[in-house]
Amino acid sequence: MDLQKLEELKKKYLDEVNFRKNIAGASVPYKYDIMVCGGTGCRSCKSRLVQDKLNEVIKNKGLQNEIAVHGVGCFGLCVNGPIVLIYPQDAMYVKVTVSDVDEIVDALARGELVERLLPENDGHKVYKKVDLKFCKKQKYIARNNAEYMSLDNILGDYIALEGYSALYKVITSMTQDDVISLIKESGLRGRGGAGFLTGQKWEYARLNDAPQKYVICNADEGDPGAFMDRSIIESNPHAIVEAMAIAGYAIGASKGYVYLRAEYPLAGERLQNAIDEANKAGLLGKNIFGTNFDFELEIKFGAGAFVCGEETALMHSIEGMRGEPSLKPPFPAERGLYGCPTIINNVETLANVAQIINNGASWFNSIGTEDSKGTKVFALTGKIKNSGLIELPMGTTIREIIYDIGGGIPNGKEFKAVQMGGPSGGCIPAEYLDTPIDYKSLSDLGSMMGSGGMIVVDEDSCMVDLAKFFLQFTVDESCGKCTPCRIGNKRILEILTKITEGKATMEDLDKLEDLCKYVKDDSLCGLGQTSPNPVLSTLRYFRDEYIEHIQQHKCRAGVCKALTRYKITDKCVGCSACSRACPVGAITGEIKKQFSINQEKCIKCGKCYNTCRFGAIAKE
Amino acid sequence: MCDCKRLGTDTQVKKFDALLDEHRGKKDNIMVVLQKTQNIFGYIPELAVSKIANALKMPESEIYGIISFYSFFTLTPKAKYNIDVCLGTACFVLGAQDILDRILGKLKVQVGEMTSDGKWIVTSCRCLGCCGLAPAITINGEVYGKLKPEDVDRILDSFAD
Repeated sequence: MDLQKLEELKKKYLDEVNFRKNIAGASVPYKYDIMVCGGTGCRSCKSRLVQDKLNEVIKNKGLQNEIAVHGVGCFGLCVNGPIVLIYPQDAMYVKVTVSDVDEIVDALARGELVERLLPENDGHKVYKKVDLKFCKKQKYIARNNAEYMSLDNILGDYIALEGYSALYKVITSMTQDDVISLIKESGLRGRGGAGFLTGQKWEYARLNDAPQKYVICNADEGDPGAFMDRSIIESNPHAIVEAMAIAGYAIGASKGYVYLRAEYPLAGERLQNAIDEANKAGLLGKNIFGTNFDFELEIKFGAGAFVCGEETALMHSIEGMRGEPSLKPPFPAERGLYGCPTIINNVETLANVAQIINNGASWFNSIGTEDSKGTKVFALTGKIKNSGLIELPMGTTIREIIYDIGGGIPNGKEFKAVQMGGPSGGCIPAEYLDTPIDYKSLSDLGSMMGSGGMIVVDEDSCMVDLAKFFLQFTVDESCGKCTPCRIGNKRILEILTKITEGKATMEDLDKLEDLCKYVKDDSLCGLGQTSPNPVLSTLRYFRDEYIEHIQQHKCRAGVCKALTRYKITDKCVGCSACSRACPVGAITGEIKKQFSINQEKCIKCGKCYNTCRFGAIAKE
Repeated sequence: MCDCKRLGTDTQVKKFDALLDEHRGKKDNIMVVLQKTQNIFGYIPELAVSKIANALKMPESEIYGIISFYSFFTLTPKAKYNIDVCLGTACFVLGAQDILDRILGKLKVQVGEMTSDGKWIVTSCRCLGCCGLAPAITINGEVYGKLKPEDVDRILDSFAD
């Protein structure tokens, strides 16, 4: 590959992507382009069948010269999948099924859209996807262009959209120090958790002289509730390949590994495919762009251990050992993989790199806040209408995310808190909804950016139960190497369990806080040092709920089964449906009169509550 | 070699032998060898462990240490259908526990236990990354999302042999 070849490829595929972007003058051999989402979320809603059916119907109707069909990367609005994009109209169809295909094709042949499949803003149909409230405030950097790239021609479309021009620029016209100072100046910080300055990390590794160095991409996206890394790899794998080669050049490494979790087979397949394509095109391998820079890339699959997201554990896992962390320092930039200087960057961090090279540091650092530059991808899930992936400039407020983009809480329920940063993070209650999100503001609130998982909880969620959930996770995932994490977390979980069962005393609450502090201070790695955060932050904002559980044996959300009491209210019409549903015969009464529940017999299964059509059964 | 010690079908054994040849003496590659072994047999048979130990020149105990560390590896054979219930945060707040309970109740097993007819094993995992579809489960890798407890019967019944 040389510059001329790169330019040729770019020219060859530019029309296709320009057509999708509705740029005048793009000439393609069809009038419309239908793109079907091929991300894991939409695939599991049978998007593949929709795509196959589209091809079949178009062929049967002889419309191949009118309408093209392509697969496309994740658009983020997973809750409304399968998503289908229509170009050049820039329309989006949601929840498309195989039975909609005929209508879609017929309408498009007439140049029309199928109105009923369009998404809505407050009940009004939206004809262009950019006008959707979900999209309006978003800014794509890490997920840039995914919506315009065909999965069937991923390298060609990537190159057409400036792909690999940053790599070319770097290795033909910049020194290693130029690259590092550019990344430093951009202010890019790690998107995987701690938020360390990327350029600085690279500089440390560059300054350590060694015959062999390594670049690792951490794609062990283990935080439950976060899936941006998966989406980036599935939609735009070449962005990661290019960024890793750039990082390799900057620090002087000739070998890179992507550590990918085993739960992401589709991402693995697409990434491997991208690596093979890049090797074939001479964008990886020996003498890239005719220079003496060599870089090879390999995927290493994890095997289901959360702690392997911690960088020292991750490296041990690549080396073929148990994924246990080790003490830092030495930091990986000094002594990392196989004892060589190593940098470990998260997927989303790397997805920013090529664009910073292309557009300059000042472009990037003009976006965001003083403390945090650029954008962040969030996985918005839980009790929220528009759950999915969103990318926003740093400094966007939580309220904007939840109400403007997320569409608010479903079923008219009340917002209670948002949990950020997964098992290492904390929750943020309603009074801080107007906080602009950046690294510092979140850590001031006792939460953290983490990988960007945002789980919204409403009044039906119990905060003690949520803390217990995270501790259960940590206890399961603790590697067992150091005592504070192995035993301390188990004791924390036991106290939380006592509280949710109404067996705890106020003294236990003090013990709980002490214990959290010890585990935080004394654990070996990031997992243990952050695992008490969900407890500490719920204690900070929802202490009254803990106290209610302990003193009044009450769970206001009705989640903690041991504390829940079901009662039949005077709304009861005496239909006997509940008593027939009750598996233990705890409900008795006379027809057409109010029934009652024998609390001694009740096993709190909730069947009566779900059966009653009159809302006459109350949880308290 | 006696029958009880047979590893699997001839094709499986052939693939496994090729795998060992490819990685002979390369202890660093243990993870990928275990992953591929599990792909071949559906689990990691005990006999395979001693063969791997010989080929990669490492103690069996170390291999068992690795197998037991990573939740992805299993030493027990798989059922015909493997249900994985996601207990990630998004699924959890949307009622994944109720889904799991319903499945276990219907199949009358505990997590990780095979039904007596060898048809089902139910396991739970931490986040499938399908949070937009929460609560979600997979059956032999296929995702079923946005579930309610009452959907469970219908889905499991659709797997009548």
